[in-house]
Amino acid sequence: MLKRLRNPWPDHRAERLLGAVACSVGLVIALMILFVAVRAWPTFAHNGLSWLGFGGDVDKQVGKMIYTGPKPPAAAYHLRAWPLVYGTLLSTGFAVLFGLVFALLSAIFIVEFAPGPVQRVITPVVRLLASVPSVIYGLVGILVLAPFVGNHVISGSEKQSVEYVVQLDGTGLVVAVVILTLMVTPIMIALIADALRSVPTAWREGAVALGVNPLRATLAVSLRAIRPAIVAAAVLACARALGEAVMLSMVSGSRAFTPKPIDGVVFLFEPLRTLAASIVENAEALNAPAVRSTVYAFALLLLFSAFALSLSAYLVKLPLRRYHAGAR
Amino acid sequence: MSVHEFSAVHRAGVEAEEVPPVRRIVLDRPPTVVVSEEGVRGAARRHAATVPGPERLSLSKVGVRYGEHAAVKDVSLSIRQGEVLALIGPSGCGKTTLLRTLNRLTELTPGARRSGSVLLDGDEVEQLENTALRARVSMVFQQPNPFPMSIFDNVAFALREQSRKRPGKRELEPRVIDALLRVGLYDEVAGDLDRPALRLSGGQQQRLCIARAIVQRPEVLLMDEPCSALDPSSTQAIEELIHELRGDLAIVIVTHNLQQAHRVADHVAFMYLGDLVEYGEVEQVFQSPRAQRTRDYVRGVFG
Amino acid sequence: MSGFPLTVGHRGRYGARPRGSSLRSWRWSDRVVYVLAWASGVMLCAVAGALVAYLAVRGVQYLSPSVLFSRPQPGLDQARTGGFLDPILGTLLITLIGVVLATPIAVASAVWVVEYGRPTWLARVVESSVEIVAGTPDIVIAIFGLALFQLGLFAPLSFTSAQGGVFGRSFLVAGAMMSLLALPSVFTAVRDGLEAIPGHQREGAFALGKTRVATIRRVLLPGVRPNIATGVTLGIGRIVGDTAIVLVLLGASLRLDPQSDVPGVGLLRGTGSTLTSYVYDNSPAGEGNAPQKAYAAAFVLLLLVLGLNSAVGAMSRRGAHAPVGRVGLGR
Repeated sequence: MLKRLRNPWPDHRAERLLGAVACSVGLVIALMILFVAVRAWPTFAHNGLSWLGFGGDVDKQVGKMIYTGPKPPAAAYHLRAWPLVYGTLLSTGFAVLFGLVFALLSAIFIVEFAPGPVQRVITPVVRLLASVPSVIYGLVGILVLAPFVGNHVISGSEKQSVEYVVQLDGTGLVVAVVILTLMVTPIMIALIADALRSVPTAWREGAVALGVNPLRATLAVSLRAIRPAIVAAAVLACARALGEAVMLSMVSGSRAFTPKPIDGVVFLFEPLRTLAASIVENAEALNAPAVRSTVYAFALLLLFSAFALSLSAYLVKLPLRRYHAGAR
Repeated sequence: MSVHEFSAVHRAGVEAEEVPPVRRIVLDRPPTVVVSEEGVRGAARRHAATVPGPERLSLSKVGVRYGEHAAVKDVSLSIRQGEVLALIGPSGCGKTTLLRTLNRLTELTPGARRSGSVLLDGDEVEQLENTALRARVSMVFQQPNPFPMSIFDNVAFALREQSRKRPGKRELEPRVIDALLRVGLYDEVAGDLDRPALRLSGGQQQRLCIARAIVQRPEVLLMDEPCSALDPSSTQAIEELIHELRGDLAIVIVTHNLQQAHRVADHVAFMYLGDLVEYGEVEQVFQSPRAQRTRDYVRGVFG
Repeated sequence: MSGFPLTVGHRGRYGARPRGSSLRSWRWSDRVVYVLAWASGVMLCAVAGALVAYLAVRGVQYLSPSVLFSRPQPGLDQARTGGFLDPILGTLLITLIGVVLATPIAVASAVWVVEYGRPTWLARVVESSVEIVAGTPDIVIAIFGLALFQLGLFAPLSFTSAQGGVFGRSFLVAGAMMSLLALPSVFTAVRDGLEAIPGHQREGAFALGKTRVATIRRVLLPGVRPNIATGVTLGIGRIVGDTAIVLVLLGASLRLDPQSDVPGVGLLRGTGSTLTSYVYDNSPAGEGNAPQKAYAAAFVLLLLVLGLNSAVGAMSRRGAHAPVGRVGLGR
């Protein structure tokens, strides 16, 4: 008996044990998809694909659901989630777009132009910014930026012009996009700057030796060489922006409204709501089955988007590989 | 074959009645692999070749220091168009540093300082804009380093990026094809110029890098051990290429291979620990070197 | 290691300064990029500095040692009373549970994938699963946790109401879901560390007659200890900063609220708050109108994250086997 304790485990038993533990991770994913899908099923069963369409006010529709009893009729599940989908696309799209441009420029600055001491300080600062919890960004947004926008940027006449439809108090599209951009940019800067630094010096030397100025060498050679890293950074930013629930629920406004570009400048100040933020908003009312089913439907949509993002990133990177045979 | 046997055969070749004609790389034949005998007799070609042209680069008391360490001390040389200058010496002697000083690539290392003067056609190179300088003095590196782009884009790179307005593909095409022809790569890649350059073999990549370097019609071509990473047949092709190209260019080649220096060069500069020990015509340096150290190096006493 | 000059041509030399590439010879678009790059860099520094400075200034106003160590008080003047000891304890507790659950699973999985990994499709499934977990939004993980732990099966893990409805929210539940946040960081760090160990170390051990298991225990795992440490720290960073899981899965009590009389178990089954939910609750989004408290807690949170980041930096400088995850997200 003691002898068996002292001997190390035989390999095949260890392999099976470790393998079982590893597979439990896969099991968790499978369970996650299963649970979310099962709970979301009633919504899709009663609404079909038009659930993604538009029609009606999401807040009112959810509000009606709260008061239905334990066995709600089919009509209780009625919801048109387009405003939420639209809000998600709008905020994520703008944030990643602006963030990518800003990140590229900043990364070029850090790697090319920043003086030595500045370079040494900026890198840990960027990493710190990337790990700041989102609730802190939300706090600054709701206590500083939103009042600023509400009191100083939106004019009184603009507020009056939409008074009957929606209250403009500063929380809305522009504050949400600004803070979301602030959140996703540091990650992209860190990734792109690291990628720029790891471009083989042979290429940079070769370009410079041909009489090309350093910025041009970076733009023409290094940026081409790090295209996969740029794609990865954009996808990472998308994933983070998509899943951001708490911060957005703080600053994006009190209503599930659809900002309309034809409203002119006011479009920037109109409130919106994203899918993730809706989950947070309705998390307390999960006892009503209709609400629960709807909320899980939002979660399922988010899950699919996350999968689709990873898949598309993989697909986009594939054709880029042919130019990097041997070199990465 | 040792250097002495080379010299012996060369002497025999000079005294031979017939000097074989200068070989040209013909368009419709792929570059041939030269059999060794021809390579030996090739040493005689030099005398039938070009007349040295005007002086391109003039070095006067050039010294390079990295911090406290003096990598190059007091070198004075002259490089003419139509000539090939070989810089030889054991590793660490400063030949690569001297080469990189000629196109100011030493500036990329912090703490590098240069003294003395380097004149390109009479202009001090430090007074020229470094991008303009490097367009006139091109460089090929030890490891072939084609960019991660297509073959066409690689060769057209300098033309595109140096100009203020980006030229179109149609404008560039003749010059790109001309450069590829001059290096003898065109037949091998003519089918698909949009292929990724990294898919070429090592020798082809190096020739591509040479094409990339000469497409701007530079005045001087610097080569830093261009064949050391290649197999013998590619090496031979590139040595032939050097011979072909020297008409319009001045070529400075750093090599640690004495036989190669003997094959391709007109003048040889032997450096040791930063000093220019000996400089002269290739025959004189290899057969009757003036300095004892040169004698030792050429005989293989140290490497 | 700077290979390239920051601004061309500005180097001290004997004689005249060498000429760099003057901006006038650049393309017009390049000049625009140059100006914009500088502008971005300056804006980046300004924003970062402003953010940290503002939080510091507003945070310190309410902060004092008594605040850190006293418990939240119910009181009329919410804006002035009470500290946040409970939220701090809550953060510590939830982090502890998360790390304790995540680390063995992550290490075991990484070891299996690198050292065994048969059949290959299964190894790839495991790796993809970890990536999926890393990419899942935390709110979805929270919702999943709720669905999972409201099953009757898991009733002992949280509070059960009189009608038999399982509450599904407690420290244990939240901690379990937090472990999913930390899992990818530890897994990736350990996997990269193991892959970076050269094959000849393993072959040497096998040649001495050791079994694979013994090699893992005695040779490989000690070698990746720095990677485990870095991965765990990155995971802690993610856990500490997460709010969504806390809001959904930790119940909504400001103070630690144990669920039974047994001291340890009760606490784990009970509800409470963490620094992140405390900040949320005290902001206008929650029910609070005590922004000073929110700022103070936010500042403490920021310092915590800063400390964790420096720890990661210091650990990776002391030399892990493989490059460490770059940002506090466990990717």
